This record gives sequence, C-alpha cells and structure tokens, in this order.
Amino acid sequence: MTKGQTPSQTVGPYFAYGLTPEQYGYPLASIASPDLRTPDVEGRQIRIEGRVLDGKGEAIDDAMIEIWQADPQGRYAHPADPSYNKGRGNIAFKGFGRCGTGTDPENRFIFDSVKPGAVDDSQAPHINVIVFMRGLLSHLYTRIYFADEADANAKDPVLLSVPEDRRDTLVAAREESGGTVVYRFDIHMQGENETVFFDV
Amino acid sequence: MTTPPKPYSPRDWSSHPPIIAPDYKSTPLRGATKPLIPIRQSLSELTGPVFGQDSLGELDNDLTKNGRKDGEPLGERIIVSGKVVDELGRPQPNMLVEVWQANAAGRYVHKVDQHNAPLDPNFFGGGRCVTDDQGVYRFYSVKPGAYPWGNHPNAWRPNHIHFSLFGPSIATRLVTQMYFPGDPLLDLDPIFLSSPEKARDRLISEFDLSLTEEEFALGYRFDIVLRGPWETPMETA
Repeated sequence: MTKGQTPSQTVGPYFAYGLTPEQYGYPLASIASPDLRTPDVEGRQIRIEGRVLDGKGEAIDDAMIEIWQADPQGRYAHPADPSYNKGRGNIAFKGFGRCGTGTDPENRFIFDSVKPGAVDDSQAPHINVIVFMRGLLSHLYTRIYFADEADANAKDPVLLSVPEDRRDTLVAAREESGGTVVYRFDIHMQGENETVFFDV
Repeated sequence: MTTPPKPYSPRDWSSHPPIIAPDYKSTPLRGATKPLIPIRQSLSELTGPVFGQDSLGELDNDLTKNGRKDGEPLGERIIVSGKVVDELGRPQPNMLVEVWQANAAGRYVHKVDQHNAPLDPNFFGGGRCVTDDQGVYRFYSVKPGAYPWGNHPNAWRPNHIHFSLFGPSIATRLVTQMYFPGDPLLDLDPIFLSSPEKARDRLISEFDLSLTEEEFALGYRFDIVLRGPWETPMETA
C-alpha cells in the first residue's frame, strides 16, 4: 500500500508563467487556452464570461479557472467515455480550457467554446469547472448550467441534489451581444450567493 | 476498447489542507464557507483532458536550458524525479506533470513578483514533463531560493517547486508544492503547515544520490500519490 494521497497546496500568485503562459505573454507554449474552438467543431459557438468574487465582493485578479466539457454531441474526448471515437466528428475538440483572471481589465475569465450536449442521458448540458487561486489550499469544483435549458435543468440529478435555494448559483444567464451568445457566470467564493462547490 | 469508468475514492480530507486556514492570511476571504456538496460521480468527473508526450516542447523538461539567453542559469543544478501512482500503488503512465518555480535567488519571472532579488537572464522557471510507462517523470532545474512574502513579519517561503497534475480524470486533479529535506523554514510556513501533520512529510522530497549525475546535478526524489479507484485493494503487501 502507498502512504496516502499527496496533499494539495495552493497554486499561489505566480502560476501564470507556468500554467497560462501565452495568455499572460510569457515565452512558453501553453498546453491549453481560453479558446476551445477547433476548426472542425460542429455546434453552437458560445462565450462564457464571469468573475471570481471574494468575501468582500471584490473581483479576484489572480484566480485560474479550468473548464472540462463534452462536445455538442455530449461526448467527452477521453477513452473512459463509451462514445469516445464512436462515429466521432469534432475529432480535434479536446473539451479543456484554462484562463487566468489577470489579463482582463475587469478581471473576468472569458472562454470561447461550443455548447456541450447532454451527457449520460439524464444530465442537463453543463460545463465542469475547477477553481484555483492564491488563498485556496485545495482546488474547488463547480458546474455551469445554462439558463435556456430550464426543462433539462429541472430533471438534472446533480442540480436536484443541491438545496433548492442554492441552485441558481450554478445557472449561467444568457445574453446576446452582436450575434454572439454569451453566458454570464460569476463565482462567489463567499456571502449570500456563495456558489455551490462539490466534493467530487 | 473502452472500459467502463469506475468511481474514485473520495478526496481524503484527512490528508488535504482545510478550505480555510487562518494562519495563511489570504484564505479567510477566499475559501468557501458552506460545506461542499457531495456529487454522484458521472462521466463528467470520471474523464479529463488527455495530454501525452505530444504536448511537450523540445526543452520543456529542462529548466536549465529552456530559458537560456546567452549562458547557463546560476544556481545549484538539480534533477527532480519521482513516480506518480494511485492510492493502490499503481503507476500512472503517460501523465502530464507541469512545474514552475523561483530562480536560485528566490525571484519569480512573474510580473507581479516585487522581491528585489535579481532575475536570472538565463532562467525562466516553467516547464513540464510526462510520466513514462512506469509512471516515472524527470526534469532538470536549479534549486529554487527562499523568498519573503507579506503574510506575517519575517515570513519566508521555504524552497519549493509548484507541481500540477491531472491524472486520468478531473477527479484526480492535483496542484501541490514540493519541498526540500532539512529546510528550517518548513516549521514556520503556514502553507506547508496547513496540510494535516500526518501527511506533511509526503510533500518533502528526498535527496537521492542514485539520481545524481556526476559532475553535473544533484538528484531529488518526489513521489506523488493521486486518488485511486474506489475498490477493495487487492495487494496483500
């Protein structure tokens, strides 16, 4: 047997040149970017925008957000997904993005992606989110659901496992600006509207 | 061939730091205050991004070379290597390991680092490698220096290297820090001390003469344990 899980530690304030170098202008190729779109992807393009707010309601400028999502047909680009490679289009779509909050004047994270399809039949379309920052010793998981999927959301087993008065914190508002569909999703670390975080 | 995914064992909160640890002063306003809500693991949690050798640049695993402008970086050259396994001791092959660190003087390349120790024109401090078919990773660097931070009077971070790993799914995601043996700053550092006492030694690398390359670099071993599948261990050892 092993000696047990290696403990988590904070990502700290200086992750950008190692984890999100191109976004911050450092001379190292990034393995992932805030733009998940690939030339072959078939599906509706969307933008996801939001801020990470601390206990005083101030936007955090040194958080890093990772997203992991299915393609528009509800398939994850991972061998554990039984639909992986099965009649697969979107072959270049990796489903993973990374964005720091330090390069936008309003400290937003902004992802360009495609709207994910429903996964596992019973789940509503969603994007998995991992949150890192200075002052966070263990990363936190949350999910983005979409306000224009009310019927699917009402039946989603994960949303239903969340107390009713907190479900709204997981649903991104839909806006349209200049033909682009934008979903707005602020992450409140604390306070009245504290975002639901999952023990994954 | 696809194998149906198995759920992962829980995140072991007796090994990980709490969400809020007041001695580390950035945590009280930034940590969640409500309990985490347990989630039934679905394909969303049992899958994650796949990064293999093809995600590496030529010099990504050699921090003594990937920031060179006109010479060698200053500092004590080191080799850092270790095995990535899951809780059942099974090697995790072909897994991305990302690292970043300060230079030998304790200065980060990052633009907001205001420490007045010098930048090294020949050292960048970021890189990555991928584990081999036995789960072993290995990279070259220089030993990072300690540096002051404003947490409390005379607060200095111990020498450390930041690590980021995915493992096979987003459930096994881990960001951590590797420390060096015998560092007197460890007992004074609220970030290191935030992890439960029984688990702290898992964050400290071991000096390993067998990793050392003669007349070139000293070797440190840092093994990493990720969450494993939720099943009864078969090993009898």
